[in-house]
Amino acid sequence: MSTVSSAVRESSESDLQVNMTNTEEPETGLSASIGMTEMPDDPSTMYVPYSDDIVGDPDTGVVHGGVITALLDSASGHAVRDGKPRGDEISIATLDLRIDYMRPADPGQTIYARADCYKKTKNVAFVRAWAFHDDPDDPIATSVGTFMLGTRNTPRETSS
Amino acid sequence: MKILQELRDTGRGHDMQALVEAIPYAKFLGVSVDRKGNELTTVMPFRERLIGNPTLPAIHGGVLGAFLEMTAVIQLLFDTSCERLPKTIDISIDYLRSGRPMDCYGRAFVTRHGRRVANVRSEVWQEEKSRPIAAAHGHFLLAPID
Repeated sequence: MSTVSSAVRESSESDLQVNMTNTEEPETGLSASIGMTEMPDDPSTMYVPYSDDIVGDPDTGVVHGGVITALLDSASGHAVRDGKPRGDEISIATLDLRIDYMRPADPGQTIYARADCYKKTKNVAFVRAWAFHDDPDDPIATSVGTFMLGTRNTPRETSS
Repeated sequence: MKILQELRDTGRGHDMQALVEAIPYAKFLGVSVDRKGNELTTVMPFRERLIGNPTLPAIHGGVLGAFLEMTAVIQLLFDTSCERLPKTIDISIDYLRSGRPMDCYGRAFVTRHGRRVANVRSEVWQEEKSRPIAAAHGHFLLAPID
């Protein structure tokens, strides 16, 4: 399996900016707030650059597991949607996500996640994903998840 | 682990609010701990940065996952004495209802803990505790104080 390291080195600041404005989430949402970005030519691969805000263990500087959850969830969602932006016709909702941690993330390093939607039925999509630094074969964490297809994606009424 | 040792040394071994303030991502998400006797409830007040899907709008699934994991760890640290923060081995999250743009509350229960591993489950709700928006269970590797 090829590594993303060469693709990573080619990504530039300008790609980061382009991707930030192309993501469906608002500039004030979680993705933008932690700098979660899609790889320019591969929406099923996303990354989060290291920052002090996302640390889970203040003594080691290791990133919080919840950031990995967000990465794996987002990458999985993109894999289900084949990279197309969210719209009424391709709306999905996560049913469940199971994450196994192989090793702690390295402090200071960008974390990548890649997802593969390996089965879609009429109602459900099945996705596996993995989070890594330079080598997808040495993952930080792996996940499996299921997504409900064709869910409502229109603004809900304000009263419950 | 310095932070846990520091809390114990200053008599705040059970001060989960002090602990959560020392965890950057917990602070980033705005998580706090409300303690009544020995009952802990985690609180995550709504803020824009928690949003995933802006159309509905809904809280990001990763944020709910993080909140569930934090709630589990906080309960675990309250119930056991650890050298360092427990390490998540695995966590399984069920998404039950979409999270609305309002405050979230969490509770966890340590199903079992042995010397090295603990099994904890947690839930998050918004308007009604009996209608959780997500639930999780996970295994955590402990570093108990001998």
